[in-house]
Amino acid sequence: MPAKMALDAILASLFPTGRSVAVTDGLISGEGSLDGGRLVVVGIDGDTPLGVEGALALSRTVLDAMKVGDKAPILVAVDSDSQRMSRRDELLGLYECLAHLAKTLLLADRLGHPTVGLIYGHSAAGAFIATALATRVLAALPGANPSVMDLPSVARITKLPLDKLEAMAASTPVFAPGLDNMVATGAVHAVLDPAQPLDAQLSALIADLPAGDTRDRLGRERGGRPVAQAIAERVVSQARGG
Amino acid sequence: MAPTDPNHARPIGDDPSSPIAPATAGRRSSAGRTGSDHRSDPVRLEMSWYEASARQRVAAFLDADTFEEFVGPTERAMSPHLPLFELPRAFDDGIVVGRGRLDGKPVLVAAQEGRFMGGAFGEVHGAKLVGLLRAALEVRPAAVLILFDTGGVRLQEANAGETAIAEAMRAITEVRAAGIPVVGLIGGRAGAYGGGGLIAGTCARLAVSESGRISVSGPEVIETNRGAEEFDSRDRALVWRTMGGKHRRLTGGADAYVADTVAAFRDAALDLIARAPAFDLATLEAEQARLEARLTRFGTCRDGADIWARLGINDAQAVPAMTDAAFTEIAAGVPEASHDAR
Repeated sequence: MPAKMALDAILASLFPTGRSVAVTDGLISGEGSLDGGRLVVVGIDGDTPLGVEGALALSRTVLDAMKVGDKAPILVAVDSDSQRMSRRDELLGLYECLAHLAKTLLLADRLGHPTVGLIYGHSAAGAFIATALATRVLAALPGANPSVMDLPSVARITKLPLDKLEAMAASTPVFAPGLDNMVATGAVHAVLDPAQPLDAQLSALIADLPAGDTRDRLGRERGGRPVAQAIAERVVSQARGG
Repeated sequence: MAPTDPNHARPIGDDPSSPIAPATAGRRSSAGRTGSDHRSDPVRLEMSWYEASARQRVAAFLDADTFEEFVGPTERAMSPHLPLFELPRAFDDGIVVGRGRLDGKPVLVAAQEGRFMGGAFGEVHGAKLVGLLRAALEVRPAAVLILFDTGGVRLQEANAGETAIAEAMRAITEVRAAGIPVVGLIGGRAGAYGGGGLIAGTCARLAVSESGRISVSGPEVIETNRGAEEFDSRDRALVWRTMGGKHRRLTGGADAYVADTVAAFRDAALDLIARAPAFDLATLEAEQARLEARLTRFGTCRDGADIWARLGINDAQAVPAMTDAAFTEIAAGVPEASHDAR
């Protein structure tokens, strides 16, 4: 697997003329200029788990971006762990905090802010769903490693031997961790080229955002989710009839 | 605290998989007409929500004989992936979706079957929910109801399940923005865990029974990752105090608390549909303030009972054993429990 691109290098390539982006307790927030306008950056760095406080800090930034009124694009850069797994986070309603964060990103999209995810490291489970997967399109850099659960944990829960799972993972994108598999399911829209300037690649993505959610179509075309689009369309078609 | 309620002995989440008996597949609800198309059957209305299957819930919950299923079991839309794991499949992949009437009003409904693969999201399962939500934008029902019963993502189809959850959340916000309430009902054996918890948090309103649990990481997951000192998943009373229906209701994590009957969920759904918050900036600003206030007030609490005491409940230790009626009265007196900030 290629090495993970560091956040500083990503930001330098995105904003060659300078930026104001801070990372506090693993949470990214700030802005820079892109194509003469503002680009808002939020996200998670350093394989940090996302708990209740982190989710609300990020959603605060997204809400503030909406209030400016310039419809600035929002980049959600992610190198996170999964959701923070603790009794306290669940006691305090982590499901509401993560869903709230996702809702702020989805509302920003509705209100005209282009939203783009960028996974450059790890991400998993609830943290992934609430951030990078709540954007209009998700881009990745080589070296990214999205997953739902690592294979040893899958082996423990499914009670299948790890070597058998590893063999299955080589041929079946639907359950195995890794960037290629998330590309195949359609969750990752495009993989960027770290050797080329990222600002131009991001501008191109924003200029060419799909009108709606194209992830199930991509999943069919790429073979990672062979039937999802057809099933969803069948439901819509039967609902339309009668 | 010793378990004081029979619910505490019930299994938690991720039930062992058991395929849905094909014998019931494809049968349209036909029993128990009461003479009114706008009424559900009184006997079936008293059925336990927790004990009922997804199909039983839908049939009894909606007006009698009004349910029409989409991509039903006769279409054999089964998981293309489970055979790789030598696991049994279900003709409906553990979710029932369709349309019907609720007190005469047209609604779309999805019901997860917690007894098949723990109600988990696989490729087909997730796509049926996503399709139903997308259909709502076209057919504009009076509401979309999601009867949650899920342990989260189906690990054998993890990437497909996770992506479908993200699609469902996006679709819910689109449906809500179109002015159609999306209401979640949680009282099944598998709860609403993992990505199911995130989808629940995206709904406009939630109703929960005592058995309903809403959480991202389940007790077993926390224990596996952090040890039994952090969370002893066998301590059922602790599970209920941390993520159970009463705790969620008191803290405003759910908008209605109901008895474990189909009738109670039906009444709650009708009430919640009528007062669903809009999906807009004002609602999300209010939710931000609500959740920030919760962290400020209760961030140092170690246990659900500590939070209930700070909410002003005199005998917080008595909450788990309270009857549904007594609890509902208590919850009505907690200002934090009721809001339009979701």
